[in-house]
Amino acid sequence: MTVSALTAHRLVGLAVIAAIVILLPAFFPSTYYTRVATLVFIFALAVVGLNLLMGFAGQVSLGHAGFVGIGGYSVAIGATHLGIPAWLCIFVGAALSGLIAFLVGRPILRLRGHYLAVATLGFGVLVAIVLTNEAAWTGGPDGMTVPRLTLLTWQVRSANAWYWIATSSFLVGALLALNLNDSPTGRALRAIHDSEVAAAVLGIDVSHQKLAIFAVSAIYASVSGSYLALFNGHITPDVSGFLSSIELVAMVVLGGMGSVTGSLIGAAVLVVLPQTLTALHEYEHMVLGLILMGFMIFLRRGIMPGLATAIAGRRL
Amino acid sequence: MTILEAERLSIAFGGVQAIDEVSLTIDPGIVFSIIGPNGAGKTTLFNLISGLYTPQDGRVRFDGADVTGLAPYRLARRGLSRTFQNLQIFFRMTVLENAMVGRHRHEGAGLWAELLHLPSVRRCNSETREAARAALARVGLLVNADQPAGTLPYGALRRLEIARALATEPRVLLLDEPAAGCNPVETQALDRVIRSIVNEGVTVVLVEHDMRLVMNISDRIHVLANGRTLTEGTVAEVRTNPAVVEAYLGAHGTSEAAHAVR
Amino acid sequence: MAEFLQFFFSGLTVGAVYALVALGFTLIYNASDVINFAQGEFVMLGGMSTVFLAAAGMPLPLAAGAAVVVTIAVGLALHRLAIEPAGDASPVTLIMITIGASIFLRGAAEVVFDKRFHSLPPMLGAPPLQIGGAAVLPQSLVVLAGAGIVVVLLWLMIDRTLLGKAVVATAVNRLAARLVGIDTRRIVGLSFAISAAIGAVAGILVTPITLTSYDVGTLLALKGFAAAMLGGIGSALGAVVGALVLGMLEAFSAGYLSSKYKDAIAFLVILAVLLTMPQGLLGKGKVERV
Repeated sequence: MTVSALTAHRLVGLAVIAAIVILLPAFFPSTYYTRVATLVFIFALAVVGLNLLMGFAGQVSLGHAGFVGIGGYSVAIGATHLGIPAWLCIFVGAALSGLIAFLVGRPILRLRGHYLAVATLGFGVLVAIVLTNEAAWTGGPDGMTVPRLTLLTWQVRSANAWYWIATSSFLVGALLALNLNDSPTGRALRAIHDSEVAAAVLGIDVSHQKLAIFAVSAIYASVSGSYLALFNGHITPDVSGFLSSIELVAMVVLGGMGSVTGSLIGAAVLVVLPQTLTALHEYEHMVLGLILMGFMIFLRRGIMPGLATAIAGRRL
Repeated sequence: MTILEAERLSIAFGGVQAIDEVSLTIDPGIVFSIIGPNGAGKTTLFNLISGLYTPQDGRVRFDGADVTGLAPYRLARRGLSRTFQNLQIFFRMTVLENAMVGRHRHEGAGLWAELLHLPSVRRCNSETREAARAALARVGLLVNADQPAGTLPYGALRRLEIARALATEPRVLLLDEPAAGCNPVETQALDRVIRSIVNEGVTVVLVEHDMRLVMNISDRIHVLANGRTLTEGTVAEVRTNPAVVEAYLGAHGTSEAAHAVR
Repeated sequence: MAEFLQFFFSGLTVGAVYALVALGFTLIYNASDVINFAQGEFVMLGGMSTVFLAAAGMPLPLAAGAAVVVTIAVGLALHRLAIEPAGDASPVTLIMITIGASIFLRGAAEVVFDKRFHSLPPMLGAPPLQIGGAAVLPQSLVVLAGAGIVVVLLWLMIDRTLLGKAVVATAVNRLAARLVGIDTRRIVGLSFAISAAIGAVAGILVTPITLTSYDVGTLLALKGFAAAMLGGIGSALGAVVGALVLGMLEAFSAGYLSSKYKDAIAFLVILAVLLTMPQGLLGKGKVERV
């Protein structure tokens, strides 16, 4: 692939999404749809981050919702108990998540395969347990209300305002991720995915790279969590729970590991599906379980890579 | 001045002494081969020298500096590169990308520059691409640059590993059985590649079973057996050493060695 | 002293349940390298099925037996429909498949049963016994006895029967086992079936004490896994030892420190074990050759 072709590729996917983002509201019959779309893009942001970790670097995190919770509760607690303006709390949450990822990641990322999977799972559940128990700060299992986001004098309430915030954040996050992919670090991460030992003898500091991308993906999740809290006006510890972490993983798997546009598709399917199946709401978990099993057994590469191959007509 | 030196290296795995007080002295710019039967500890020795294993005893010196126990990535940054006996190709990446990863120690972009895709990163990418293409050209893989690495045949993959290691611009290159599974034509191509590498001043340390290649190309040969040094010397010395001939080359190996043209 | 004994028995009881879950994990892991997260759902299915079958009119012992059969069927289906088709998948993929299965089973239980807590009548009467000043539920003794019987039966099977030898062979080296004519697919299926049965029995025995509901499976699986890891994944004795230690840790910390963080103990144990001694208390360390 020549340089121009590569660049064209990268921007084309994103441009298409941007175009969809701009045109979509015209098709919304009511603000309900705007809100659902907003949720999709908020989750998609976290999924892009997780994709950097799982798809590019080949690591696994079954506890990523822990960072979503940290981001969400940073806003909730910071704004409610500490009087910090909500918008600043987003940054504080991100910094906190990055720091925690760094501290926790250091020992944990030395593990491989299912050991790593379970360690991250343990981390996520521990975060959820702390959030549930420290009721004085967090409001306990029923959660707490989150004040509205206020930028200067404007109180961000409307579904439309959040739609643009969520979509532009996603586009920025996706652009950063695509940029990272087409860079020395991106190649180093993909190398680590395929052979850590070869990466090491080529001069790549594998632990450092893994830690860095773990922190970056934690920050993506944290921002997503902060948005979620502010958008919903409420947050509960479930946002950090085991099931939430698994949903994030399912979104990555569905859309295609390592595919940034796939992140959007994965988030879209798993956010919209429960909404459309309101009649079948009680089957939600069954469907999630089936999707996860089905994709991991038969369609491990997810929707996007398969689709991309079919469109390009190339064998990957 | 020697460029690579191992001094009384020893390591044991669960009661088995894999390497027992092995010492090597390697001068710059030569082809130094390590031979011995299977299980002699050749790859273990490589792993000790390239930092994958930490020796329980002994030292490794690279260009005069003590690098014993240094992590592989640090050794790589000092100019020590290696290939693997069981291919460690990045199968999900293209041939070109594999070689580009080899340029890692020469790239210097910061995380922020990468996230924002600043001009410095773009420049870095093109330089890396050019250098990688040059490395591929040297092993005859330029034409396959955009293919996924997984589609290449075995012999080509071995060459890709070498190209990738070359891209790091090493001062010492460790080749772990590069001719394994190669047919005579491929082995000849390998011979030419190794000679061109040495001509540039790179020191090549070779672990090989293919006696014809070894006898053809080596300046010095170190013979390992049961984790210990049996002998070391020039091609002529090793070839005629009765202990070596008897124990390791056997009748077949001796005739192969005799047929190799210097 | 009485307090100490109280915590001791409670820790022993809950440890016994974890032991059965951990044994199930170990059995399947040994036969197939799969870490089966649906293990907890087997426990849930045992308890819930018994409750609902009994409520439908079946005499309790029959309902319990039928529940075990149902759970075994689910275990076999899990193996045949979810694990087998995955073929040579990576360990992480397999874990995700079993996680998907556990979520599916949980969701199915939600629909087929309901979302409330249910109980079963205790098997040896309700009034607690006084042992050294501690009030011990008779059902606790049933749980302990049941776990003990299961462990002994398992040991007998592994050690004394040809089938047991086949299971061990499959665990040690699957290829070699196949080469000597063992149908490893059947053996793996068998390990799923036995694990399911063990889980179901645990569920039936413990429901009179802890109640049961559609979502007890997840936490149980995680704790059973923590126990197996603590003892050394792959070691049956380790699974039992790890489980008892975990149960004790939980009971004593809940009693003397804080009961809020009781559930966190298991996860702290997982992290501590993985980071300091991944091979666990009784496991053998593995040397990685490059």
